[in-house]
Amino acid sequence: MTADFTGLGRAVIDCDIHNVVTSLETLVPYLEDHWVAYIRESHFRGPGANDYPGGAPTSARKGTRPANGPPGSDLELTQKQVIDPWNVEVGILTCGYWVQSVHNEDLAASLATAVNQWQIDHWLEKDARLRASLVVPSQNPILAAREIERFGDHPGFVQVILPVRSYSLYGKSEYNPMYAAAVKHDLAIGIHFGGASSLPPTPVGWPSTYIEECADMAQIFQAQVLSLISEGAFARFPKLRVVLIESGFVWMPAWMWRMDKEWKGLRRDTPWVVRPPSDYVREHIRITLQPMDSPINSEHLLQMIGQLDSDEILMFSTDYPHWHFDGPDDAIPKGLSDSLLEKILRENARAFYGL
Amino acid sequence: MATTIYDQDVQNYPVHPEHPANPDQLSIIDCDIHNVDGYQSPATEVWVDYMPSAWKDYHLSIAGRRRSGSNCPRAVPFAARNDAFPPEGPPGSHLGFMQEQLLDTWEMDYGILNPLSPAGGQQNLEYGAAIAQAVNEWQIAEWLEKDERLRASLTVAYEDADLAVAEIERLGDHPGFVQLMFMARTMEPLGRRKYWKIYEAAVDYDLPIGIHFGGTGIGPITGAGKAAHYIQDHGGMPMAFQAQVTSYVYEGVFERFPDLKIVLIEGGFGWVVPLMWRMDSWYRKLKMEVPYLKRLPSEYIRDHFWLTTQPVEEPSNPAHFEQMLAHMDMDDKLMFATDYPHWDFDSPDQALRNISDRKVKKQIMAENARELYDLD
Repeated sequence: MTADFTGLGRAVIDCDIHNVVTSLETLVPYLEDHWVAYIRESHFRGPGANDYPGGAPTSARKGTRPANGPPGSDLELTQKQVIDPWNVEVGILTCGYWVQSVHNEDLAASLATAVNQWQIDHWLEKDARLRASLVVPSQNPILAAREIERFGDHPGFVQVILPVRSYSLYGKSEYNPMYAAAVKHDLAIGIHFGGASSLPPTPVGWPSTYIEECADMAQIFQAQVLSLISEGAFARFPKLRVVLIESGFVWMPAWMWRMDKEWKGLRRDTPWVVRPPSDYVREHIRITLQPMDSPINSEHLLQMIGQLDSDEILMFSTDYPHWHFDGPDDAIPKGLSDSLLEKILRENARAFYGL
Repeated sequence: MATTIYDQDVQNYPVHPEHPANPDQLSIIDCDIHNVDGYQSPATEVWVDYMPSAWKDYHLSIAGRRRSGSNCPRAVPFAARNDAFPPEGPPGSHLGFMQEQLLDTWEMDYGILNPLSPAGGQQNLEYGAAIAQAVNEWQIAEWLEKDERLRASLTVAYEDADLAVAEIERLGDHPGFVQLMFMARTMEPLGRRKYWKIYEAAVDYDLPIGIHFGGTGIGPITGAGKAAHYIQDHGGMPMAFQAQVTSYVYEGVFERFPDLKIVLIEGGFGWVVPLMWRMDSWYRKLKMEVPYLKRLPSEYIRDHFWLTTQPVEEPSNPAHFEQMLAHMDMDDKLMFATDYPHWDFDSPDQALRNISDRKVKKQIMAENARELYDLD
C-alpha cells in the first residue's frame, strides 16, 4: 500500500469497493448438500472470468493482499485501507463474483444466493457504512428475478450487479422479469467491467492481450448503453436506473453525439425512443469515476466533463483494491468547481441510490 | 426535457439544398465513393463479366450465397439516397450518373472509389480472391480509364495473406490504385500476425490500408451479443474501428512496419480522443505486457492513422466539436468524405459547419488527401 493513499480530507460516497469471495470454500456453508457433493466430486473451483489476472498491476494495489485470501476479501483490511482513511460515508460494495460464467444455471443461481447471504453476514451486518450489490444469474432472467425477490427487501442491497460482457445485450426484452423485480424493489442496475460470456469481446474477434481487452471493454459498455435505449428497456421501465461501474466515462460525450446522430436518421425503426438517446443517458445512467482515463492535460479532462452536459452523471469511486490512481492527487479531476466536486463526491450517489 | 438539436436542424438544413456548387470555394476531394454495394443476385453483380473463367461458373451456381453478418435491414434499399438510383444498375454503379450527381455538381478535384465487394468475407478464400480480381479489373476498365478524377482502392481477399499479397503484386503498381480495401469487421483483430505479410507488401508498394465500415466478422457485432436494430448495427461499427486501432497499436505493428499507413473510412472520429486517452492510461499501468512498444499509444495513432470524416459527429454545442478537434490534434489526418450514394451522405456544404478555421477546413476538404494519395 502506498503511503499516500490517504483520502481527500472530506467525506465521500465510494461507489466501487470490491468485496471478494476468498474461494468457493467460503460459500460451502451456504450451499445445499447436493451442490457441496457436486463441488467436492468435480473439484469445481467456482466461476472463472479471469477479468482481473492475479499478477496484473491493475488488479490490486500493492499491499492490499490480506494474510489469507485475495485482495478485497478481508473487511478489516478494507476498513483500514479505504473506508476509514478516505472518510467513506457510504461504501457501495461491488462483488464481481460472475455466476454468469457458470453454464449450469441452477448451480449459478445457488451460488448467487450463497454469495448474497455471505455479503449480509460478513459485510453488511458488520459495518453500517456499507451497501451491497446483489449477484444474480442474469443468464437466466427468471432465476435472476427470483434472486431479487429473495433479497430485494433487505435494506443493505441497493443494486443488482451485472458484468458488461453478457451473452445477450441488456436492452433485450428477455430481461423484463429481472428489471421488473429490480424496479419493484427500487434497486439500481450496476453494469460492471468484465465477465466471461464466451463471446469474443470485440466485433472483430479475440484480442491477443489483456491490455487490449481492457481498452476494448469501453466499447462493450457503448453497446450496452445503445441496446438499453434502442431496444426499449427505458421505455418499458421508466424507473430503471443504471450505473456503469469501472467503465471509464471519457468516451460518453462522443458516444452520445454518435447515438444522437444515428437516431436522427434511423429513429423510425425504434418509435419507442421518443427523445435523442443522450436524453435517456442523462436521465437514467450514471458512471463511476475510476478509471478516469485522464489525459496529461488536465484542462482537456475538464472540457470532456463539460461535454457530458450534466453535473449529475459522475459518482466518486476508488475501485479498491484495483489500481487506477495513486492517491488523493490523482483521485479526482483537477480544477472542478466545489459545487460540482461535492456532487461527484457525494450528492449524485446520494440521489441515485436514495441514501 | 431539453430542446433537441433536431428542432434546429429543420430550420437550418434546407430540405432540398440548392447548391451554388461549393460555396466555400474550397477544393474538394471525396475519399469515400461507392461504385459497388448492395446485392441482388450473382448474375447481376456489376463485376461478374470480369470473373476469371475458372471461377465464373462456381460464382453463378453455388458461391453467390453469402455468410450474413447482419440481419438488420438497412432502412432503405441498398442503403442509398432516394435520388441516387441511376437509369440502370444499383446506386453508385453507373459512372455517368455518379459524375453528374457528385463529381460535377460539387466540382470535385478527385474521388476515391471504395468498392464494397464480398471478396474479403468469403469462407472459400480462393473464390474471394477471384472476386477481388474481378472487381479490380472492372474498376480499371470501367472507371479508372474513363475519368482521370478517379482513384480506387485495390480489393484484396485479406483473410488470407498469401492471396492478398499476390493481388498486390499483380496490380499494386497500377497508378489508379491508391490504397488497399479492407472491411472493418474482420475474422481477427487486424494487428494479429496472420495479416502481417499484407502490411509488408503494402509498405513495399506504398499503399495505405483503407479500412471501411462493414464486413462480416466472426461473432456478433457487439462484445455482448447480437444487435436487434439497424441503429445498433450501424452504431456498432465505431466499436469495430476502435478494436482495430487498439489491436494495431498494442500488437506493435507500427514498430515492425514504421511506414505503414492506415485510413479509417466511415467510422466517424469522435471516439478517437477518448480511445487515445484510455489506451495511454492503461499503457502506463500495463506496459509490462507490451514491452515492445517504445512510445505512447496516442503517438502511434497520431502518426499512422488517417480518418475520413463521414459520418461526422454533430454535438449540439459547436464549441464541443472544436474542443474535440483540439484534443485530437490530427488536423493533418482528417479527410472529407461523402459516402455517396448512401443515405447518410455528408454534403460538402453542410457536413463541416462546426469547423470555423478556414485553414483547417481546407486541409480536411482536400489537402490532406492530396498529400496522402499523392494527387496533383
